[in-house]
Amino acid sequence: MTDFVKPVIDYFELLPLLVVFGVACLGVVVEAFAPRSARYVAQVVLALAGLIGALVAVVLIGQDVEVYADGAARGILAVGGTIAVDGPTLFLWGVILVLAVAGVLLFAERHLDGGVSAFAGQAAALPGSEAEREAGSRGLDHTEVYPLLMFAVFGMLLFPAANDLLTMFVGLEVLSLPLYLLCGLARRRRLLSQEAALKYFLLGAFSSGFFLYGVALVYGYAGSMDFTAINESVRNDTGNSSLLLIGMGLLSVGLLFKIGAVPFQAWTPDVYQGAPTPVTAFMAAGTKVAAFGALLRLFYVAFGADRWSWQPMMWIVAILTMIVGAILAITQNDVKRMLAYSSVAHTGFILTGFLGVQASADLAPGEVSALQAVLFYLATYGFVVLGAFAIVSLVRDSGGEVTSLDRWAGLGKESPVVAAAFAFFLLAMAGIPLTSGFVGKLAVFSVALAAGAWPVVVVGILASIIAAFFYIRVIKAMYFDEPVGDGPSVVYPSVLTATTIALGAAATLMLGIVPGPLLDLAGLAGQFLR
Amino acid sequence: MNDLPLLTILIAIPLVGAIASAFLPGATARLVGLGASGAALVWAAIAAFSSYDLDGGMQLIETHSWIEALGVHYALGVDGLGLVMVLLTVALVPIVLIASWHEADDEGNGGSSGFVAWVLALEAMSLAVFTATDVFLFYVVFEATLIPAYFLVGGFGRSGRGRAAMKFLIYQLAGGLVMLASVVGLYVVSADAGKPSFLISDLAALDIDPITQRWLFVGFFVAFAIKAPLFPVHTWLADTTEKATTGTSVLLICVLDKIGTFGMLRFCLGLLPDASQWATPVVVVLALISIVYGALVAIGQDDLLRLIGLTSLSHFGFIVLGIFVFNNQGISGSILYMVNHGVGTAALFLVAGYLIRRRGTASIRAMGGGAEKVAPVLAGMFLIAGLATCGLPGLSPFVSEMLVIIAAFEHAWWVGAVAVTAIVLAAIYVLWAYQRSMTGPGGDFVGVEGMRDLDAREVGTLAPLVLALLLFGFAPMPLLDVINPHVDDIMTSVGVTDGAQGGQP
Repeated sequence: MTDFVKPVIDYFELLPLLVVFGVACLGVVVEAFAPRSARYVAQVVLALAGLIGALVAVVLIGQDVEVYADGAARGILAVGGTIAVDGPTLFLWGVILVLAVAGVLLFAERHLDGGVSAFAGQAAALPGSEAEREAGSRGLDHTEVYPLLMFAVFGMLLFPAANDLLTMFVGLEVLSLPLYLLCGLARRRRLLSQEAALKYFLLGAFSSGFFLYGVALVYGYAGSMDFTAINESVRNDTGNSSLLLIGMGLLSVGLLFKIGAVPFQAWTPDVYQGAPTPVTAFMAAGTKVAAFGALLRLFYVAFGADRWSWQPMMWIVAILTMIVGAILAITQNDVKRMLAYSSVAHTGFILTGFLGVQASADLAPGEVSALQAVLFYLATYGFVVLGAFAIVSLVRDSGGEVTSLDRWAGLGKESPVVAAAFAFFLLAMAGIPLTSGFVGKLAVFSVALAAGAWPVVVVGILASIIAAFFYIRVIKAMYFDEPVGDGPSVVYPSVLTATTIALGAAATLMLGIVPGPLLDLAGLAGQFLR
Repeated sequence: MNDLPLLTILIAIPLVGAIASAFLPGATARLVGLGASGAALVWAAIAAFSSYDLDGGMQLIETHSWIEALGVHYALGVDGLGLVMVLLTVALVPIVLIASWHEADDEGNGGSSGFVAWVLALEAMSLAVFTATDVFLFYVVFEATLIPAYFLVGGFGRSGRGRAAMKFLIYQLAGGLVMLASVVGLYVVSADAGKPSFLISDLAALDIDPITQRWLFVGFFVAFAIKAPLFPVHTWLADTTEKATTGTSVLLICVLDKIGTFGMLRFCLGLLPDASQWATPVVVVLALISIVYGALVAIGQDDLLRLIGLTSLSHFGFIVLGIFVFNNQGISGSILYMVNHGVGTAALFLVAGYLIRRRGTASIRAMGGGAEKVAPVLAGMFLIAGLATCGLPGLSPFVSEMLVIIAAFEHAWWVGAVAVTAIVLAAIYVLWAYQRSMTGPGGDFVGVEGMRDLDAREVGTLAPLVLALLLFGFAPMPLLDVINPHVDDIMTSVGVTDGAQGGQP
C-alpha cells in the first residue's frame, strides 16, 4: 500500500471548470434565498457572467500553454494526471462554452409564450391537475433550470478533458443527470416531456452501468485508471487481452449512447421531441461535442496502440449510423424527430472522421489530421443545430410549438426571413457548399479516405444523398406547398433568441466561406497529450 | 488593364445585381437586372477582345490562397472552352430577362424581383463554374448553381413545379455528392504525393495510377452525365422543362447543362486521360442511346416543352459522342455544338413560350394548327429555330453536327451510322410538331382567331439568336479560331495523335 500523495492542483489551468462549477453552486444559493421576482434576472446574469468568464479563462490559458518539444502536443496534465488541459481540450472547452452561452439565451426567452419561459411553472404539479392550472395562472416560472444547465456545462467541460477512467465517469454523470431533469420540464405537452425524461434516464442509467463495468474490466487489465498507464499496458501487451477487449466494448457502449450512434440511437427521437426545445437545442449541440471529445481521447490516447482491435467495430458502427439515421429521417413527419434522426446521421459522419489518419508521421505536411477534421466538424455542427432548433421554437399556434411538417407548408410566404434562415441551416446540414457543413464533410471524408476507409466514405456519400432528400423536402414544403387550413404563425422572438439564431447563421456562413482560421485553430490544437 | 481582376469583376457584376434586385420592387428590379446582365455582357466582350490571346492556354489567371489548411485556392482563368461558354452565358441572360419581362409578375415567391435576382445569381455562379481553375472552387460553385436553379424551377412556372424542382435538385445533388467522393479522392492523391492542393494545374501534373484514375473518373462522370444529361440519368430533364418557365428552361438547358460536357472535357479528359480512354466504349454506347432514344421519345411527345427538352437529350448525346471519340474534329465539333445548341435551343424555347402563352396550352394536339396565317412572324421564327435544331445546312448547328458525325465515322463506322439516323429523326420531330401546331385551317380550335403576332419586344429577343444561327452557319471560323488551340491542348494532354489535323469543315 503506497502512501497517499496529495495531488498538485493547477488552479490556473482548471479555472474554467472551477468558475462554471462555482457559478452553478451559487445559482442554487440564489434559488434558495433570493425573492421570486428577482430570481430570473439574477440567474440569467449569473449564468452568462460565469460562462463568459470561463471563456475568457480558456483564451488566457490558450495563450500561455506549454508546447512540447516535438510541437505536436501542448498543455499540461493537471491534478495528478487526471485532467488533461491540452490543445484539443481547450478547443472543445471554447466550443462548449460558446454553445452554452447561446443555450442560456434560449432558456431565458420569455417572449414566445406570452411572457413565460418554455419550462413548466411547477414541475411537481401533475399534468392536468388543479395545481398545474394554478401555477400557470400565477405565471410561475422555474429558474432552477439555470443552475442545472451550469452543472451540465461543468460535466461537458470535464468529460472531454478527463484523462482517467473514473474522472471520465464523473464527467459523464454530472453531464447527464441535469439533462435528464431538464428534459422533463416542458411547459406544454408535459406528458410527452416527462416520458422523454424517463426514457432518457432509464436508458442513460443502463449505458452508465455498461460504462462502469467497462471501467472495472479495463482496470483489471491494466491495473490503473490512468490513460497514460493504460496506453503503456496496451503497447506492451501485458495482461489478459480478453479483459481489455470486453472492457473496450463496454466503454464504447456508454460513449456511443451519448453521441447517439446506432445501435444506441433509440432514445434520440423521443428525447429530442419531448424535451423543451431550448433544452433540445443545447443538448443536441453540447452533448455531442463533449461526448465526441471523450470518445476521441479514450480511443486515441488509452487504446491508440490497439487500433486494429477497435477500428473494424467503429467502421461498422459508422456505416450503420449513417444509413439508419438517413433512412429513418425520411419517414419522419415531425420536424424535431426529423432533426433528431438527422443528428444520428451526422454522428455517423463525425465517426467517419474519427476513423481517419491520426499519427502525424503518416500525414503529408499541411494535410488535415483526423482530430482536426472532427474538431472542426463538431464546432460547425453545434452552431447549425442550435440555430435550427431555435427556429423550431418560433413556429407556433395557440397550442404551443407546431412541429408537424404538414403544417409548416407555406411558411416561406408567411415569414420569408425565418423560412430563409431555416432553409439555410438545412442546406448546411445537407452539406451544400458555401456553408460550414460542406467544409466539415469534406474534411472528415478526406481524412477517412486517406486512412483507407473508402467503404465508409462511399456509404457516407450515399447517406448524404438520402439525407439531402429529407432536408429539401422541408424547404419544398415551406416555399412551394400551399398552406393546409390554419397555418401556424411565426412568433417574433425577443433579442435573446434572435441573437442565438443570428450567431448560428453567421457562424455557419462565415465558416463556409472562410473556414481557414478555425481549421488552423483546430490544427494548432495539435494532438492529445499522452 | 491586365492588372484588373477581370474575371472576378465579371462574376461580381451579376452578383451585385442579384442582391440589389432582390430588395427592389418588381419594375425597378427588372431594369436593374437588365442593366447588370448588360454590363456583364459588355465587360465580358471587353475582356475577351482586350486581353484574350488566340494562342490558347489558360489566360486571365487569378490565383489567391483561400483555405490554406486544405490547399484550396481562389483561382480563375479561361481557355478557349471557358471563353466560349462565358460568352454564351452572358449573351443569353439579357435575352432571357427581356423575354420573361412580365412572366413573373403575378407569381408569389418574390414576383419579378425574386425572378430577376435568382436569374442573376445563377448567371454569376455559372460564370464562376466556367472560369474556376481549382477543383474545390469548381465544386463549390457547381453546387451553388443548384440553389438559384431550384428556386427558379420551383417558384415560377406551371402547377406541379414544386415536385419537378424537387426531382431536379435531388438528381443534381446526388450527382454532386458522387463527385464529392472523387474531389476528396483527388485531394488525398495529391496529399500522398506530398503537396495537398486542389489547383487543376497541380493536379494535372500528378501521375495517378490507373486503377485510382478509374474510380475518380466514375465519380466525375456520373455527376456530369446527370448534369448533361445522358441516358439513363436524364429523367429529370423533361419534367423540369415542362413545368418551368421557358426563360428558366433556357438557362437550365442552354447554360447550366453545358457544365456537364464542360466538366467532361476539363476534368475527365484533362485530369484523368487514361481512365477516359478506358471508359470510351461505354460512354460512346450511352451517347448513341441518348441520341436515338432522345429523338424517338421526342417524336412521341404531345407537350411542346417536353418535346424540346427531350431533343436536348439527343443533342447532348452528340456532344458527349464528339468528346469521347478522341479526335480533333470530334472535340472541336463538340465545343462548337455546345455553343450552337445553346443558341438554337434558346430560340426554340422562347418561341415555344410565346406560342404557349398565346394559346393557353402546351399540348400540340390541342393547338391544332391554323396559327401560321394569323401569326406569320411567330410561325417563321418557330420554323427557323426548329430547322436549326434538326441541322439544316446554312444554320450553325449543321456545322457542328457534321463535324461530330465525321469524327464518329472516323472512330468506327457503326458509331457514325447510328448517329446519322438522328438527322432523319430530328427532321420528323421538328417538322411534325410544326405541322400539327401551326399549319392547316385550324378554324375549330379556340384562341386561334384573335391571336396576336409577335410584338417588338419578342422579336427583339429572337432576332439576335436567329442572326447568330445564320452567322455561325455561314462563317463558323471566328468560333473555331478560339476553340481549336484549346482542342490541340486537350489532344496533347490526352496523348492521342490522329492523322487528320485541323478540325475544320
